[in-house]
Amino acid sequence: MGDWKTITVPVLSSDSKNIFHYTSEKKISPPSMNSQVLRLPLPSSKNMHSFFSAFCTEENIEQSISYLNRELTTLGFPSIYAESKGQELNLISIINCMNELLVLQHKNLRAQEEVEMQHLKLGSDMDHLQNCYAKLKEQLELSKREIVGLQERDRQLQSKNRNLHQLLKTEKDEVQKLQNIISSRATQYNHDMKRKEREYNKLKERLHQLVMNKKDKKIAMEVLNYVGRADGKRGAWRTDKTEARNEEEMYKVLLSDYEQRQKQLLVENAELKKVLQQMKKEIILLLPPQKQKPKERSEDGLVLSDPEEDIGELNKENMWELSCETVREQLTNSIRKQWRMLKNHVEKLDNQVSRVHSGTLNEKDVISREDHELETEKLELEIQQCKEMIKTQQQLLQQLMSPCDDDTTLLLQDCYLLEERERLQEEWRLFREQKKNFEKERRSFTEAAIRLGLERKAFEEDRGAWLKQQFLSMSTDYKHSENVTTPSAFLGSCDQDNRLVKSTSQRKPPCMLSGPVSAEPCQTSQYITRNSSSAASKKPAGDSKPNQWVESDKEETE
Amino acid sequence: MRKVPRPPSLLGGRSQGRDTEDSSAFVLGAQRTGEFSDTDVPVTALGPPGWLLCSPASCVQYRLVVRDARTLQILQLYTCLDQIQYIEWSSDSLFILCAMYKRGVVQVWSLEQPDWHCKIDEGSAGLVASCWSPDGRHILNTTEFHLRITVWSLCTKSVSYIKYPKACQQGIAFTKDGRYMAVAERRDCKDFVSIFVCSDWQLLRHFDTETQDLFGIEWAPNGCVLAAWDTCLEYKILLYSLDGRLLSTYRAYEWSLGIKAIAWSPSSQFLAIGSYDEKVRILNHVTWKKITEFEHPATVASSKTIVYKEVEKSPSVETERLSFPPTRALASSLFSTQSKYDVSQVPVSLQHIKPVADRANPKMGIGMLAFSPDNCFLATKNDNIPNAVWIWDVQKLKLFVVLEQLCAVQSFQWDPRQPRLAVCTGNSKVYLWSPAGCVSVQVPMEGDFQIVSLSWHCSGDSVALLSKDNFCVCYLEREEVK
Repeated sequence: MGDWKTITVPVLSSDSKNIFHYTSEKKISPPSMNSQVLRLPLPSSKNMHSFFSAFCTEENIEQSISYLNRELTTLGFPSIYAESKGQELNLISIINCMNELLVLQHKNLRAQEEVEMQHLKLGSDMDHLQNCYAKLKEQLELSKREIVGLQERDRQLQSKNRNLHQLLKTEKDEVQKLQNIISSRATQYNHDMKRKEREYNKLKERLHQLVMNKKDKKIAMEVLNYVGRADGKRGAWRTDKTEARNEEEMYKVLLSDYEQRQKQLLVENAELKKVLQQMKKEIILLLPPQKQKPKERSEDGLVLSDPEEDIGELNKENMWELSCETVREQLTNSIRKQWRMLKNHVEKLDNQVSRVHSGTLNEKDVISREDHELETEKLELEIQQCKEMIKTQQQLLQQLMSPCDDDTTLLLQDCYLLEERERLQEEWRLFREQKKNFEKERRSFTEAAIRLGLERKAFEEDRGAWLKQQFLSMSTDYKHSENVTTPSAFLGSCDQDNRLVKSTSQRKPPCMLSGPVSAEPCQTSQYITRNSSSAASKKPAGDSKPNQWVESDKEETE
Repeated sequence: MRKVPRPPSLLGGRSQGRDTEDSSAFVLGAQRTGEFSDTDVPVTALGPPGWLLCSPASCVQYRLVVRDARTLQILQLYTCLDQIQYIEWSSDSLFILCAMYKRGVVQVWSLEQPDWHCKIDEGSAGLVASCWSPDGRHILNTTEFHLRITVWSLCTKSVSYIKYPKACQQGIAFTKDGRYMAVAERRDCKDFVSIFVCSDWQLLRHFDTETQDLFGIEWAPNGCVLAAWDTCLEYKILLYSLDGRLLSTYRAYEWSLGIKAIAWSPSSQFLAIGSYDEKVRILNHVTWKKITEFEHPATVASSKTIVYKEVEKSPSVETERLSFPPTRALASSLFSTQSKYDVSQVPVSLQHIKPVADRANPKMGIGMLAFSPDNCFLATKNDNIPNAVWIWDVQKLKLFVVLEQLCAVQSFQWDPRQPRLAVCTGNSKVYLWSPAGCVSVQVPMEGDFQIVSLSWHCSGDSVALLSKDNFCVCYLEREEVK
């Protein structure tokens, strides 16, 4: 089997190359050929027979051959007629043509299959897409319905909103109305009140007059004896003097109150000033004298130094009593400046501290250093362990991976090989099938040939007997003309037969193998039958032919 | 570590001792009026400072009883013309004024000279109110229909009239030093304030106030600022100087019921305004602007606030102490429920009354507020939450303590000498609070003694507790005495 493969594959490939060549040539050919090729049905022997019998009969064999020739030439095949002999058929080219046609057919079939597959695929795709389309359409419908529903709801809500707005408006109007009513009522009420009060006042006045002016004797005070005033003074007469005195006293009271308040404020101010002063002093003490002070001095010059001195002087003579504005301003200004300085200083210090902090930390953390080291050691150990772990894992992975790679490549190769092999086996199977068929047909053919040979023999014998009889009986030449044509015809046919046999013997077995199995033997058999039929009444070609067939068979089997 | 509840430091052990009747802290000072008449209105007044004995005076029907404040022995007994409706001591405790509104008569008695007497008859003009002038030598009588105020002098025969007094809650106000008197007036549908000099009843200032319907006037304790506030329909308070200048006007909001009560701090530094929106606003005396706002929500959530909740406890009877026949005090203690204070965990939700919206004078808002004499605390009562007294720390301007009582608070008053608050709730207990803690004290008396009002002695040593027809005095002993 292996031998077979090795032999057949290159041949096939060469053939296929040829086919490619042809096909590349044929690509230019008009579409009619393609249609013809496509028109060729997958031949089942019966159909074949009927088809060909319809196409070619004994009467139109020449025409059909010529037609075929024409067709083939138009398709770019070499002429099936032998160039030199005019009407003679070139069997080799016919067979080549046929083979190529068959190859083409095969190829086309395959292409068709592919196309069909693609078509199927596309069909299924189409179906899928159509399904999708249908689904999407449904979804669209659904969404549309939803949209409609939502729109409806929106509309409802909007109408509700409108209603609510309306309600709100009415409520507002109501409120407005009520407010108006309230205000009108209030004014009315106030008005009525005033009226009533006036009336009441009038009544009071009247009552007053009535009650007071009657010289009511009852209105009286009975006292045993008048008591002295609480302060021991005697009651004074009311005069302008007393009025002025009262006024004076009132103002005195007010003044004393204000004075008291001012005193309180003064005390408060003094306290605050004291605090300020103290703050200032402390700030000055706090601030590093070498940095800020000269700067400030240089900047402010006299302005700062003078008030300080002044304050210093004032301080001695109890400046708190002098709440002079200039002093206050100077004090607040200087305090502000100092404060700004202090702030800057503190900020600077903060910065320094934050900068130094890291350094100091290390210095400070002497005790925790051991811990730190221990911790680092531990961590390092852990890292080491982890690393090792990772390494082993990597190794394991690599171990797993590397054979896997080889395997995969091998597997892939194997796969390819297997595929190839399967393909080949498939082909081989096909080929064997073809071969079987072929052999079957050949067997039938040889049988037919043997039969034909036998018949021919019988015929020859009959003819011999008949010729002898003729020859013996024929004394006179009254039927000479008839005798001339027949031998010629016989001779021609015999030649033809010979040639045919030769060609068959010359045919290469691989060609036959590679070519389409069904059509070729049929045609050959046809030819043979035709020949036989045409030469049925003629002399058979001879016994050598069947032997040749057998020989070729033998070659094949070898 | 605060230890609560704890009796105030000045509340001695005697107040709780009930071994014998004599050592009881409570001395029943008044005869029950039931002996005479069921319709009696007892009137009690504690003498003002300056009088050695600081006598409590009480009246029963026609009789006026003056007792010694320490011993409650009867010093004097006067008989009036009619049923006494109002009594008032003069500022120097020399005279007592007894008003008989029905008759339109005021009788004055002298403590020094029992046979001295004085009778003022308002005649057909009628009488609705009577009071002493600060000097204790003049009596101001308001006639019916607020026709006028008559000023009667006990020194001279002179009589002064003040016309058009306004019929309002707090229409007359004297300065603390007694020099000036402010009177709210109403003329031609406008409000006015007249300031008089009390020494000779001379009109000092007369000015109109920008109010719809003046409701009350109150002098600052320093006597230099007069606060005048409008009717509750409008939140408006006006501050006038003694010379009649308008110092400031304050309106917290509009369109809602406004001011219900106000209180000056003893230092005149703050003016606390309680209003119907359940808030107290505190104004300062420099700018007359609001310093802060104290809300009185039904839920106390701040963890810095201590909430004392009064809880009832059944009295534990010591059987060996029981004697036959049981002493009165013991009996009363047996049959009355006792109570004590617990410290509640915040947040506490207080009992809240929803006021009826369509009634006049709804029970809501801050109706009572008082500063402690040392300016440190402010006690308030929200009428929505009648069972609670709120005590605010004025220095921190924060809520300090809430006392949640079992019954509605009827009245409270600060001890005039120290930050100590006495509260009564219409039952037979008096409640005392000081920064150290608070305590509930049962009145050791048979039967019902519903304290509706209380009044501190000026020394802060005793409190007179008044029920409808009885009064008793609660003595608070100093620690060193114990």
